[in-house]
Amino acid sequence: MVKITINGSEYEVEADLTILQACEQVGVEIPRFCFHERLSIAGNCRMCLVDMERSPKPVASCAMPVADGMVVNTNTAKVQKMRRGVMEFLLINHPLDCPICDQGGECDLQDQAMGYGIDHSRYAENKRAVKDKDFGPLIKTIMTRCIHCTRCVRFATEVAGVPELGAMGRGENTEIGTYVEHALTSELSGNMIDLCPVGALTSRPYAFAARPWELTKTESVDVLDAVGSNIRVDARGPEVLRILPRLNEDVNEEWISDKTRFACDGLRRQRLDRPYLRRDGKLQAASWNEALKAIAEAANGVASASMAAIAGDLADCESMLALKDLMTALGSANIDCRQDGAKLDTRVRSSYLFNTTIAGIEQADAVVLVGCNPRLEAPVLNARIRKRWVAGNFTVGVIGPEADLTYPTTLVGTSAKDLEVIAAGKGHFAKVLKNAEKAMIIVGQGALKGEDGAAVLNLARQAADKLGMIKPGWNGFNVLHTAAARVGGLDLGFVPGEGGLDVAGILAGAQSSTINMVYLLCADEIDTQALGDAFVIYQGHHGDAGAHRADVILPGAAYTEKNATYVNTEGRVQLGRRAIFPPGEAREDWTIIRALSAVLGQTLPYDDLKAVRAKLVEANPNFLNINQTTPAEWGSFGTEGAISDAPFASPVCNFYMTDPISRASETMAHCIETFGKDDERKTGTDG
Amino acid sequence: MLADKDRIFANIYGLDDPFLAGARKRGNWDGTKKILKKGREQIVEDIKNSGLRGRGGAGFSTGMKWSFMPKEVGDRPHYLVINADEGEPGTCKDREIIRHDPHTLIEGALIASFAMGAHTAYCYVRGEFYRETEVLQRAVDEAYEAGLIGENACGSGYKFDFYIHLGAGAYICGEETALIESLEGKKGQPRLKPPFPANVGVFGCPTTVNNVESIAVVPEIMRRGPEWFAGIGKPNNTGTKLFNISGHVNTPCTVEEEMGIPLKELIEKHAGGVRGSWDNLLGVIPGGASVPVLNKEQCDTVTMDYDALRELRSGLGTAAVMVMDKSTDIVRAITRLSAFYKHESCGQCTPCREGTGWMWRMMERICKGEATLEEIDLLEQVTYQVEGHTICALGDAAAWPIQGLIRTFRPEMERRITQPATNTDQAA
Amino acid sequence: MTDVTTKTENPEDFAFTAENMGAAKAVIAKYPDGWQASAVMPLLDIAQRQNGGHLTQAAMDHIARVLDMPNIRVYEVATFYTMYNHKPIGKHHVQVCTNLPCWLRGSDEIMETCHKFLGLDNHESSEDGIFTLTEVECLGACVNAPMMQVGDDYYEDLDADSTLAILSELKAGKTPKTGSQIRRVSCEPVTGLTSLEEQAELRKAKVGGD
Repeated sequence: MVKITINGSEYEVEADLTILQACEQVGVEIPRFCFHERLSIAGNCRMCLVDMERSPKPVASCAMPVADGMVVNTNTAKVQKMRRGVMEFLLINHPLDCPICDQGGECDLQDQAMGYGIDHSRYAENKRAVKDKDFGPLIKTIMTRCIHCTRCVRFATEVAGVPELGAMGRGENTEIGTYVEHALTSELSGNMIDLCPVGALTSRPYAFAARPWELTKTESVDVLDAVGSNIRVDARGPEVLRILPRLNEDVNEEWISDKTRFACDGLRRQRLDRPYLRRDGKLQAASWNEALKAIAEAANGVASASMAAIAGDLADCESMLALKDLMTALGSANIDCRQDGAKLDTRVRSSYLFNTTIAGIEQADAVVLVGCNPRLEAPVLNARIRKRWVAGNFTVGVIGPEADLTYPTTLVGTSAKDLEVIAAGKGHFAKVLKNAEKAMIIVGQGALKGEDGAAVLNLARQAADKLGMIKPGWNGFNVLHTAAARVGGLDLGFVPGEGGLDVAGILAGAQSSTINMVYLLCADEIDTQALGDAFVIYQGHHGDAGAHRADVILPGAAYTEKNATYVNTEGRVQLGRRAIFPPGEAREDWTIIRALSAVLGQTLPYDDLKAVRAKLVEANPNFLNINQTTPAEWGSFGTEGAISDAPFASPVCNFYMTDPISRASETMAHCIETFGKDDERKTGTDG
Repeated sequence: MLADKDRIFANIYGLDDPFLAGARKRGNWDGTKKILKKGREQIVEDIKNSGLRGRGGAGFSTGMKWSFMPKEVGDRPHYLVINADEGEPGTCKDREIIRHDPHTLIEGALIASFAMGAHTAYCYVRGEFYRETEVLQRAVDEAYEAGLIGENACGSGYKFDFYIHLGAGAYICGEETALIESLEGKKGQPRLKPPFPANVGVFGCPTTVNNVESIAVVPEIMRRGPEWFAGIGKPNNTGTKLFNISGHVNTPCTVEEEMGIPLKELIEKHAGGVRGSWDNLLGVIPGGASVPVLNKEQCDTVTMDYDALRELRSGLGTAAVMVMDKSTDIVRAITRLSAFYKHESCGQCTPCREGTGWMWRMMERICKGEATLEEIDLLEQVTYQVEGHTICALGDAAAWPIQGLIRTFRPEMERRITQPATNTDQAA
Repeated sequence: MTDVTTKTENPEDFAFTAENMGAAKAVIAKYPDGWQASAVMPLLDIAQRQNGGHLTQAAMDHIARVLDMPNIRVYEVATFYTMYNHKPIGKHHVQVCTNLPCWLRGSDEIMETCHKFLGLDNHESSEDGIFTLTEVECLGACVNAPMMQVGDDYYEDLDADSTLAILSELKAGKTPKTGSQIRRVSCEPVTGLTSLEEQAELRKAKVGGD
């Protein structure tokens, strides 16, 4: 701790702070443009200049470390004059186009000009004009507005790990850009829009859509991957207009992926806004009563062993609980939430969690990635791995698909056979992991969904045990999920009961007519053509694969339209909140199942959300710990068995379209037009 | 006046052989090993006692600067970086050292590096000095071959490497931290301080950046003793100095003279006097483009040293004396410098990036008589809005000439605005 | 200044010649391990010379690969420094200094002479590819003002006649005398030494052959 005097008052602050941070801690506001907590210090905007005793020149408070006995003034006439001066310089070449600028109302430059600027212009020369750049379908550029703070350049280089942006030229002709014009190839590029303190980089899909003060803002969580990024849903009337990140140091810091941010236009297209019934081979609009009655009629005469239910990747915990309860009441054990067939089971909770936690990655010193591509499967989590790598002394090994993960990796192997070697403690990388203080293994769904998935899981557990990844205070075993519903489903035991069938079994049963009725809860990632002659109920919000095959469609709510619980890959329970109402006759999902249960004569024992959530806690006490992770006990899991030497592949081959929402998104379609699918990109340039 | 025997750069005009044979005849590389034997501390102490102040413009004590380097060499090697990015308008002294007396520099680099525990020196030469660099490289090769530098420099057991790094056209790289950035293969954009180069310099290692002339005078100081150097010039402004006299003089030239020589004597003795006569003098920019202009009255009596020029709110800078006679369009002259600073601003920080362009545009309009009288005040305010608020001193350098102009020649600026028809708007 | 380049050429269109690759490797060896990016400026110069005076995207990308650095960092450097050309330039790049010391001694006239003789404006190249004319900042030969640089060589103490003579010789494919165009060796007073007179004899010997 050091003593520092700010504006005449003495404070004790930590010695590793800058003046700006110290001022912030004691509640003294310092204006700034270039400074950002998560980026390197540039010190170039000069807005944060303060007066420091014994320094002949004012100092940039963002870059100056505090020192004992330092005397700083931030409120003198001299400092005010400096700020006015810098503000004036920033504005002389900034266009006066606030009325048509999308940043208006949430613009640092606008706000600080009000707070620190002068009320007229003394600049009589022509303003500079800069040609706009094409950064692709997500970011709109109006480069004349740029104030050269270089936040975007530093973000691309440091956080995203995609060094494609730079400041070209020099002096007043300096221009931010890619030089050779191309779309930014980062899955995190949208964050630059948030970072840009002016309207130089704005959201292209959101262009001219709304003013910030017109929007209702709802704090929620994302479901388009299993990270559970904290988001703010901005809506006007019945429409979600944009999605922004919300700060959560433990999960997404303040970043979100481009899919999380930009797929929201998919919420407006191909929506199921009323029930449908298949009549004469065609889906026709129906009333809720007709639809529920049709299900009751179809169920009549189907043996409980011939009924099945599959929960999809976007399903919320409340509706999975209700569906499981309903199926149990109907006497069916054929339920499964593992659409991809991943060989995970629910006996040992730590066997399916990202136990280290996302924030815990920062403490690790080595990691081996097995059958996953975190850059595509969980870009924000990948940014955390990169952050750890940037900090130094961190080794990343890969068993599985080799890819540019934005940090250097060592290819250790490609298949389960290579994992077996590591698990036996053999080979160079086993040594790296063993010698590491805190080593991690991250197993992706790509490694678990094969026939040998349970054996792979077993090997991964062995590796964790054998290489010292499990010790008091440290669990280095991690499963990286891609589906927001998966951990919640496993926590609720949405897996086959005694003698029940899993997804593969259900599909096989449907083919052989031993399964006659299948309930798809937002399940679109299975082979719906393999459902044979079964009577298919689809509950969900988009007219995607499941709905096309359905005999009855029950229109549900998308994640922005319901109060619902999700559990992320770490096992963190988080609450999504309703920002808008579901369209048309669509309803919140658990209420649909509750209504159906009454029609089927198996009325579920809950009438409101509170009661459902009480049941959730009853089913698994982890649901009490909202926003928390609970360390899961280590145990024995996986099954010994034969393994294949087939190379692992990532389950995500097309980052921009992984679910019904992103598949309905025009913006995501533009991204694919621009970037190609990832698998195509690979063959296109490497082949 | 300085006696020839006290001149360090005996071949500054290139009349003699610049290479090793000639250099040895002039006394270079004489007893270098003995100098190194004195030890690091003693050399630093001697340079401090000589009163040598940095010849690149800032005038900071060279010995003091060296003493900021860590005393012990730790995990990180130390580096000497020689600033030969000579680009300050009016300045052309380092060029002459490099092409005519290169061995003074190489020997100085060895001694300075040794004194700071550095085994490597990088000499950053501006890219335009391509031919000069050829000479320097040949001299370096000779020195390696003769064992003067290399694995066992001068038989001292000290390993020393000297590398040349060519710039590519950016005045800002003369700023020491921009130079370090450039040497690391980046844009020449100055760094924030702290950390200072002596702690974190090039390649993340302790580094001292010295001007060519500062380094090149070191061997003679060490040979003849600090008292000799300190005995030349004036207290706190000691030694000899290379002066570049350009502009409206009869015989523009470079000359090594005593610090503190009267400006008038310097011009009349060596540069053949002011074109026309001394009375035809309008003003002098005494230390390179960034120092404010002096009027004739000031020139009559001022001596050429750091302190005397500072008192007149100007500066010795690089001792590049630009002489302007009464035919000079002084407003146009300073406008040309404003254009220069606008062109050379690195664009990193706001006041310089935006301010240099604004100042130049106002100067242009004042030149053409397309401004208002109030704009002279606005211009002056803008210069103070830039000065002191930037990462490096280029902002100051852009502001000072204009401040000097307004201070010294305001009536002329006003005349151009009120009587634009009488503008000549050209030189000579 | 920044022209946004659109990717039109094959990035494989440039590679160092064997000789230049050797030179590049020698340059890289000057810097500590892991700091090979330090060599980017010398390598850009080598590439520019190999490429006949200007850089292309392919050349910059090649250097990025050789130095294992992101392309964008090379582009940043290549657009920051003025000696890198991004458009083809003439065989003789005539660069006239117009900064204050040169201007005081008549650089306007030199520039005018160049304009007229070459028929070029600032930053223009002749159609035959022989000349490019550029107005530049201080080249650091101020006591020899006015001056210009053509290629790597300085021509100093110019007036309209000597400028014309130099340009004519260049145009005729000859090699004009570099350095001062008046009766002095370098930066000494033209009327005779005022210091270091003991070298006067040597001087006589040198200038005598002039």
